[in-house]
Amino acid sequence: MHPLDRKLFRDLWHIKGQVLAIALVIATGVGVMVQSLGAIQSLQATADAYYERYHFADVFAHVKRAPKSLARRIADIPGVQSVEPRIVDYATLDIEGFNEPATTYLSSLPDLGQPLLNRLALVSGRFVDHSNPDEVIVNKRFAEAHGLTIGGTLTAVINTTKRSLRIVGIALSPEHVYAIGPGALMPDDKRYAVLWMGEAALAGAFDLDGAFNDVTLTLLPGTDPEGVVQRLDTLLARYGGTGAYARKDQISNWFLMSEIDQLKTMARLLPTIFLAVAAFLTNMVVDRLIATERGVIGLFKAFGYSDLEVGWHYMKLVMVISLIGIALGALLGAALGHLTTSLYAEMYAFPFLLFRPHPASFVAAGALSLAAATLGTATAVRRAVRLAPAEAMRPPAPQSFSRSFLSSGRLSGFFDQPTRMIFRQVFRWPVRSGLTVLGIAMSVAVLIMALQWLDSINRLIDVYFVAAQRQDVTVGLTEVRPPSVQEAFKNLPGVQAVEGERDVDVRARFGSRSKRLSLAGMTERQGLFIVYDDAGGAIDLPPGGLVISSKLAEILGAELGSRITLDVLEGQRPVVDVPVVRIFDTYIGYPAYMRLEAVNRMMRETEVVNRVHLRVDPREQDALFRKLKDTPYVAAVTLRQASIDMFNETMARTLLVFVGIFAGFAAALAVGVVYNSARIALSERGRELATLRVIGFTRFEISYILLGQSLLLTVLALPVGCFIGNRLALGMASSFNTELYRIPAVIEPSSYGYAMLLTLGAAVLSALLVRRRLDRLDLIAVLKTRE
Amino acid sequence: MQTDQREADDARKADAPPAKTALSARGLTKVYGTGELAVWALRGVDLDLREGELVVLLGASGSGKSTLLNIVGGLDRPTEGSVHFDGAEITRFNDARLTRYRRDHVGFVFQFYNLVPSLTAEENVALVTEIAPNPMKPSEALGLIGLGDRQTHFPAQLSGGEQQRVAIARAIAKRPRILLCDEPTGALDSQTGVVVLEAIERINRELGTTTALITHNAGISAMADRVIRLADGAIQDVSINGHKIAASELSW
Repeated sequence: MHPLDRKLFRDLWHIKGQVLAIALVIATGVGVMVQSLGAIQSLQATADAYYERYHFADVFAHVKRAPKSLARRIADIPGVQSVEPRIVDYATLDIEGFNEPATTYLSSLPDLGQPLLNRLALVSGRFVDHSNPDEVIVNKRFAEAHGLTIGGTLTAVINTTKRSLRIVGIALSPEHVYAIGPGALMPDDKRYAVLWMGEAALAGAFDLDGAFNDVTLTLLPGTDPEGVVQRLDTLLARYGGTGAYARKDQISNWFLMSEIDQLKTMARLLPTIFLAVAAFLTNMVVDRLIATERGVIGLFKAFGYSDLEVGWHYMKLVMVISLIGIALGALLGAALGHLTTSLYAEMYAFPFLLFRPHPASFVAAGALSLAAATLGTATAVRRAVRLAPAEAMRPPAPQSFSRSFLSSGRLSGFFDQPTRMIFRQVFRWPVRSGLTVLGIAMSVAVLIMALQWLDSINRLIDVYFVAAQRQDVTVGLTEVRPPSVQEAFKNLPGVQAVEGERDVDVRARFGSRSKRLSLAGMTERQGLFIVYDDAGGAIDLPPGGLVISSKLAEILGAELGSRITLDVLEGQRPVVDVPVVRIFDTYIGYPAYMRLEAVNRMMRETEVVNRVHLRVDPREQDALFRKLKDTPYVAAVTLRQASIDMFNETMARTLLVFVGIFAGFAAALAVGVVYNSARIALSERGRELATLRVIGFTRFEISYILLGQSLLLTVLALPVGCFIGNRLALGMASSFNTELYRIPAVIEPSSYGYAMLLTLGAAVLSALLVRRRLDRLDLIAVLKTRE
Repeated sequence: MQTDQREADDARKADAPPAKTALSARGLTKVYGTGELAVWALRGVDLDLREGELVVLLGASGSGKSTLLNIVGGLDRPTEGSVHFDGAEITRFNDARLTRYRRDHVGFVFQFYNLVPSLTAEENVALVTEIAPNPMKPSEALGLIGLGDRQTHFPAQLSGGEQQRVAIARAIAKRPRILLCDEPTGALDSQTGVVVLEAIERINRELGTTTALITHNAGISAMADRVIRLADGAIQDVSINGHKIAASELSW
């Protein structure tokens, strides 16, 4: 081995603490990138594989009732590969030991057992026996939530008839990756079930013999689903079609893809920031590390080594450190990526999980980190080799300091000499101090970005579930009912207030754009379920116009006064033009509202509702639930508190993990910066500090001088970090805009507090690590030698 | 006239009763390493420093003079032997008490000045006066070594000789009982070195500070009260300088 290489390894071992700290900084950047990209790629790969293996349909359509013979004509639509008619509907479930009513989505299975499309991944048990109409297959998550097993029974009210169902199988379906009840935001496995039953059994229950009310299609490769959707709509219109839609609008897939979209935003932004910060810090730290090698560089040159050889030597040093960091980051990122992906797999009901981070993400992260480190080395080495050998070997002349505002006037009396040394050191190297401040500030900023998520989600819950919803229970009805139904609900136990709503499936069109949605007809001023502008509070619905969310306005490209065409997809399927009379902001979805009477008028129907909101006395809640389970026209029951709990629980499971990961990375950044800058300061100023020890300063006093500087810089960095964090977090929140969510740009003061405390803690920890070295300062060496 | 003054001083000293011992070391041995690799830096050295005297420790490099000074100054511990100061055995002190000893009683001057670059001359001195129990004012200390007009200069703005004089001011501003100078002129040319030695001599004379000065330069020993020659870790001889001359008359 070349002696220089031997020196390299000895040097590395000698500065192992710093090597580790720099590697840690690099590892954070690489780690975040690998973790985020890995999770997305894996989630996408898992979803793709699942959809393909289980023949997830490309187009979906619901009708009131269509003859089975229509399936052949659907198959004739150009581009259609396979067609599967089926029967689906909602029902309520009564589970033993669970007071609240649960909603179930019933879906028919063909005689052959496994459907052609949207195949089931049977986890246990078997397919239903068609000769036995009471056999069901239950989705796995619901079974798990209630501890249901094969052979167990469920009581359901199916189309006004109470039935006892026997569980023969437990399964997963690509159609219900995100098993979400009507109107819900999160899967609620306790209150929402998917049941598969024999086709004959469901046909009997819903009076659909020889007919179907739902159809799914797969398309030939390269077929545009929109064309098929249009033809299908035409075909199904006279059978009461409620509008066909492509896979991208299928609810479970839509949620899943929204989630992947969100993750992509996060994966673009956060790792970029981390990597940039890490690169910047690596550069800074390496630069200073090389600067302390000045004498050695002079010596090498004196021996006759060329600038290039000397440069290459240090380049190798930095490359070794970088590679350690990259390896560490890749391992850490892969491990965390696996963890996050499995969290997703748990949240979305996947039958399997493919963890397949693309190698490109590792390579990109690694290359960027390496480039940053070598660039830092290049500038530092160039500065060092530029000196003539003799000059380089001579100890640098005492750095020239100058008097500043601190040394003059009244201020100077305030500070003792050690404090003055701290200030002078900081101001003597404004760029270096500034960079250190910026480095620490970035770790504060990253923390704020992570913690801000919790604030935003809390705000979202406050607005969406608390300010805008004052009902306790929402009941979806099997069909429209006259207003007298509200009286009937009022007479149920514990019900204090009732508010009816008429929801209509429509396709909203404006110009060339269109969007399928559920238009809600509401009373002018709502007391329970409130039309709520996130910026301005409750909204009274004006007569004769559409009140739409700004997200829908954006999707349609509409503005105030635009006339939107509504193709109603049920009843007599009227087509009407309605002006937009108000646009409001919401964090969730893309709702549209109209006055109840306007919707009834549009539907050419009498005053009817198909959804009611109830305020309930909690003491009588259980009695109400018992009643609801037996009420025939109840299709779905949603409990507000359960939704909030579910939302919180899901967030706690996933978001807290992310916040934890990012907090960990941010703390690592802080430790990396503070430890390195203190450590380098120590190697630069060891002699000065040892001198102070010799002339009678205690260990505490010299620690104060060295670490006081680090802590001063940290304290200076805190407000800077808060500012940068604020900008970044708000920027990220506003760049987060999917059909599903907008993230409120909120940062609570406590988030700033935690971010600062955590950074300060990391800084103190690093300072303590360096303090141990101060205790071992060699007091005698300093008297004789210079550097 | 200067000579007259010195003669008068010498006369006074001669008349005075034998001075008290400020510090005494007995049987100091320092061994680095063990077994066959052991290096004996000191081999049983006895040393007394008397109140107010100026002692020059003379020896080639490796003779053990710095090791001796380090042990006496409370920077290092002997392998064997003891050092007594003010009735206390400093060689038994723990780290905190050794720091206290250095802080309160010992002034150090180093070959390479070891000034804090971020502090002005005055502030470098204040560094010590702030932590000492009975210091003089920084300006007074600087005045004593003739740098009253350089108080607000930073080390980078001072010549080597001036930096070393600031270091001396820093060492004596606490009114130390013992001033230890390790090759104070080692990094200076002879002309500048003389100026620095004059400063040390003046402190020794005017403040009565017991002073031990290490040098390998035999020429300097002419300014000492006593000259102790070290070689190979042991004291070779101790001579009382009958013809002490002023630092200003030294040259090498």
